Amino acid sequence: MPAPERTQTPCGAVEHATAAPMDLLRFASVGSVDDGKSTLIGRLLFDTRQLFEDQIEAVAAASERRGVGDVDLAFVTDGLRAEREQGITIDVAYRYAATPRRKFIIADCPGHVQYTRNMATGASTADLALLVVDATVGLREQTRRHACIAALLGVDQFVVCANKMDLVDWDEGTFGKVASEISSLTRRLGVSSTTVIPTSALFGDYVVEPSDAAPWYQGPTVLGALESAPAGRWAAVHGRHRGAASRLPVQWVLRQPGGGRSYAGMVNGGTLRRGDRIVVLPEGRESTVALIETYDGPLPEAPVGMSVSVHLADDLDVSRGDLISSADDPPRVVDELEATVCWFGERELRAGERLQIKHTTRVTPVIVEDVRARLDVNALRLDPVEELRDNDIGVVRLKTATPLAVDLYHQDRITGSFVLVEEATHATVAAGMVGEPELVDGEKHGRS
Amino acid sequence: MTNAVETNDRMATAAPGDELANARGEASGTARTTSSGATTSSCRSADHLDLLESHAVFVMREVAAESERPVLLFSGGKDSAVLLHLAAKAFRPGGFPFPVMHIDTGHNFSEVLEFRDRRIAELGERLLVAKVQDSIDRGRVLDPGPGASRNRLQTATLLDAIAEHSFDACIGGARRDEDKARAKERVLSFRNAFGQWDPKRQRPELWQLYQGRVQAGEQVRAFPLSDWTELDIWQYVLREELELPSIYFSHRREVVARDGMLLAVSEWVQPGEGEEVTEETVRFRTVGDATCTGAVRSKASTVAQVIAEVAASRISERGATRADDRFSETAMEDRKRQGYF
Repeated sequence: MPAPERTQTPCGAVEHATAAPMDLLRFASVGSVDDGKSTLIGRLLFDTRQLFEDQIEAVAAASERRGVGDVDLAFVTDGLRAEREQGITIDVAYRYAATPRRKFIIADCPGHVQYTRNMATGASTADLALLVVDATVGLREQTRRHACIAALLGVDQFVVCANKMDLVDWDEGTFGKVASEISSLTRRLGVSSTTVIPTSALFGDYVVEPSDAAPWYQGPTVLGALESAPAGRWAAVHGRHRGAASRLPVQWVLRQPGGGRSYAGMVNGGTLRRGDRIVVLPEGRESTVALIETYDGPLPEAPVGMSVSVHLADDLDVSRGDLISSADDPPRVVDELEATVCWFGERELRAGERLQIKHTTRVTPVIVEDVRARLDVNALRLDPVEELRDNDIGVVRLKTATPLAVDLYHQDRITGSFVLVEEATHATVAAGMVGEPELVDGEKHGRS
Repeated sequence: MTNAVETNDRMATAAPGDELANARGEASGTARTTSSGATTSSCRSADHLDLLESHAVFVMREVAAESERPVLLFSGGKDSAVLLHLAAKAFRPGGFPFPVMHIDTGHNFSEVLEFRDRRIAELGERLLVAKVQDSIDRGRVLDPGPGASRNRLQTATLLDAIAEHSFDACIGGARRDEDKARAKERVLSFRNAFGQWDPKRQRPELWQLYQGRVQAGEQVRAFPLSDWTELDIWQYVLREELELPSIYFSHRREVVARDGMLLAVSEWVQPGEGEEVTEETVRFRTVGDATCTGAVRSKASTVAQVIAEVAASRISERGATRADDRFSETAMEDRKRQGYF
């Protein structure tokens, strides 16, 4: 049982290819370095028979070469030379898996604090966070930081592995303590669903197969929890009901043969329909959707997530960076905004800093008017500060050179998000979310 | 389209992915009923493929809009065939806002060149061909000999062509499921002035905010198919009824067994001492330099049969067909660090 067998029966993908329609769950493994994220993902892939024979052989050979035991399952995703040397994950590895129930896109994220930016990259598109905690240690600061970032990014379902349970003899009390600490954290972060599972990624207990190691545990395995979690949460926005207002950030203007133009982009916020009354922001001119066009022909309506092009009834001046929105319930047009940022810059972020902001398809200069507060990830409290350092989460006030059409992040992930870019190097130095962090029972304001 | 009310009802309860699938089904119902076999299959996985397609189109439009001089890299393989189709989806009725470029190792399958020229002509787009042979003739790279793979030499040719045309964004068909180093790469992968990838210093890439700004001489490589798997590609080929070079399907061919692979006998691949030429029923699972791309024994002669074969395969695509990835544990990472695709 310690080391996985090297021969496997053919993966079940044959049946998958002909099965009923499948949905897609995107999840990210998060948590502190060395708590076992990559080993858990490797175990999950191995035990669900997602790995090809040559990949298993390569992992076994690499493990042997580095003297790390028979098969180090972390090497399934830790594919970079430096990662295998150091035994850590440096950047996100994306893996793809399918069970008879659904398809998965897995982002195996690094736990090291130095690579928090990469964890945020992996978590920013996730429907669900697979949080791995070393049960022998409990919650570390980095565990809390990752939980905070994932929750701020809007991931509102957590599957939590209290891992390395074999090292504490599957002690129920140890599990209970981790479960209660985690539940209290995710509740304060506003996470809507938290499932805590005792696991041993090394030996595979409760990852794919149930086990008799913890007779006191009656819940699902990790795979069971991943298969039953609602998919598509990333696109489903909070606080909006279906049939809600639509937004289409204009990416590209398509000139039509014989004159006229259509505006290409991806629909978000709510379904866009032919005949909808729309407003082009930030200018505010109104028109009507005359036609929704795709390569495969026109559509009466386009749902969230679809790339289309739109013809308007009136000849307006619309270009890349503009936002076509339902005339009812449009986003706010602002040139000053309050936002939560994850700062990834090597320098400190202070008031007066000049950067570029990329928001939807618009890029414009921005000045940091004020650095208001920093989130203490242990106390879940906003403390007044003057500057943000690398990997800090904070609240800032920005002034933009041209107006932006924004929604609050928790209402719309697309029109509520942005990145900040350093002018000289073009490096991406911050991930931003319009609005303040939403903490339950927590202090919301740093400075009054 | 026939029953908008019903569509609305379904959308009221469906997840966003399902919504998208339903709408696509509605839009393309007429067009697709021509393919009797494909219709059912396309319905089954429509939600997943629709999300992948829409995202890839989004990425191409972002790259085209944000870079000064983009180019689409086309190898003649299945992934670049899908890429061309997605470019049409992104930019028609207009022309592509970039030329198409083939890095030609000179070790080609004739079926692939014929396919390339025909597809580009059908699309009416501009094709650039950068030849590894020219790099050899100019002394940029050493000729490894008539029978040796030129796959690694492509890097120099690619970087020279990028410099010559001042390209700042190269759109390629690489997928993350191909290799463990590719699994780590961003959708927009920043490369320095030497074309090198530094896996320890990748840009954060959040949500769908692809940030492709570079300084003069630097570039991005853009991978719209990042999240597609080999199976997704084939299911999409089926659904969209895409044409591929004939070598992707079962045919009789003279081969020699070498390094655990079946290499097609050609001008560049001749049997060595002790090697025997046999005629086998094979197909190619990937298309690359003919001297290092292995054939697999296969009777799959239709897209549906290939899908069944790929779904049941126990060997990865590159493991089965690429000699160049067997050099070392991190062959792909090392090539990418030097400027490879």
